[in-house]
Amino acid sequence: MNAGLVIIAAGGANFGSLVTACARLGVEARVSDSASTITNASHVILPGVGAAAQAMQHLRASGLDRVIRTLSQPLLGICLGMQLLFERSAEGEVEGLGLLPGTVARLSAAPRWPHMGWNTLDQIQPHPLLAGVARGAWVYFVHGYAVAPGAATIAASAHGGEFSAAVARGHIAGVQFHPEKSAAVGRRILANFLELPCS
Amino acid sequence: MPARRIIACLDVANGVVVKGVRFRDHRVVGDIVELARRYASEGADELVFYDITASPENRCVNPAWIERVARELDIPFCVAGGIRDVAEAEAVLAAGADKISINSPALARPELIGELATRFGSQCVVIGIDVDAQTDATGNWRVVAHSGKPDAAHDAGRDLLGWVREVESRGAGEIVVNAIRQDGLRAGYACDLLARVRAATHLPLVASGGAGTIAHFVEVFERADVDAALAASVFHSGDIRIDALKPALIAQGIEVRP
Repeated sequence: MNAGLVIIAAGGANFGSLVTACARLGVEARVSDSASTITNASHVILPGVGAAAQAMQHLRASGLDRVIRTLSQPLLGICLGMQLLFERSAEGEVEGLGLLPGTVARLSAAPRWPHMGWNTLDQIQPHPLLAGVARGAWVYFVHGYAVAPGAATIAASAHGGEFSAAVARGHIAGVQFHPEKSAAVGRRILANFLELPCS
Repeated sequence: MPARRIIACLDVANGVVVKGVRFRDHRVVGDIVELARRYASEGADELVFYDITASPENRCVNPAWIERVARELDIPFCVAGGIRDVAEAEAVLAAGADKISINSPALARPELIGELATRFGSQCVVIGIDVDAQTDATGNWRVVAHSGKPDAAHDAGRDLLGWVREVESRGAGEIVVNAIRQDGLRAGYACDLLARVRAATHLPLVASGGAGTIAHFVEVFERADVDAALAASVFHSGDIRIDALKPALIAQGIEVRP
């Protein structure tokens, strides 16, 4: 059975705006913490508002960390959800899902902390997730921690130094910004994700 | 660096948008969702909804209209109004708000800031500070609690810069400083006071209270180096349209999202 788009109920509180952003694209999202629903989804989003340690604790307690590691369909981590895809986060010194190599560090060189507001996507690599998104496009960020640019980085932004704004490797992708809050550019990126072929 | 932000503020009382002068004599300016949609389409970077009667009346904000707003908006919005604990904050965030702003309840119990930051992350914890722009005998600005309701307003027993440093150390993610003597007067932001706050914190700083002309926005970004400027009256009246303000700021060399 194909459950379509499933948003993982990861313990963060803010699913409402993501669900409605998908609805505006004509896609009905299911918010679920059921292993079978998530496993049978065509596309999976791991959202995140919150702190890394609490979010990982929730995923481990519910066994969802193991479920996420077994997925092979397109998976998109948003904000904290993207950070959880990596090996480790300095926010609460917690181990992540380890699906992508790298660690999450505090944006310590930033003149203002946290990084809050609209910033541009610089250094865009060609990738289906960013189809139709031009260098210099504005997206909305709210975060205090980030992943340094690495092999999986497909877009970078800068705030006291460059960081990964979007990452992708195989079926796994992540965006540090909030596409559901990034007006037309965000709509396009969400639509691109939903069009990624289901394996 | 992110772009400087223009934030439209909608004061909500009894489910409709209202606006007063110096926090008094409120009149109805329109429907919540209708105004939210208008500001988003004009290019507002963010919206703030203040349920201005919640805290003085000792009740939390009503999540029903938050859900209506969240369904309509694809830009971020913050909700303020009487959020006193983690459970109430969770209800507001679950209804679709991106950030929560705490004012009087943080003054009453500062530990709340840390509890919210631990549970939801600093990035969604905004601290609103109402300040009397007139300095006291020692040259400090005074923080005012419960300014939303004149009968309940009182000196919070704290000076502005000390409170700013405390909320930063307790885990706040953003500060909105509202100069209550400027509120609704359209005589310009309290730039001197805001510049002192700017120098005291690394947190994103939002200026509030006093916008009357496009020049006031230019002035507060240049003189006080704030990250965002918030206004209500001039946007509600249509005297300044955000889609006219932003090109004017860009022409002055201030980076904003076009």
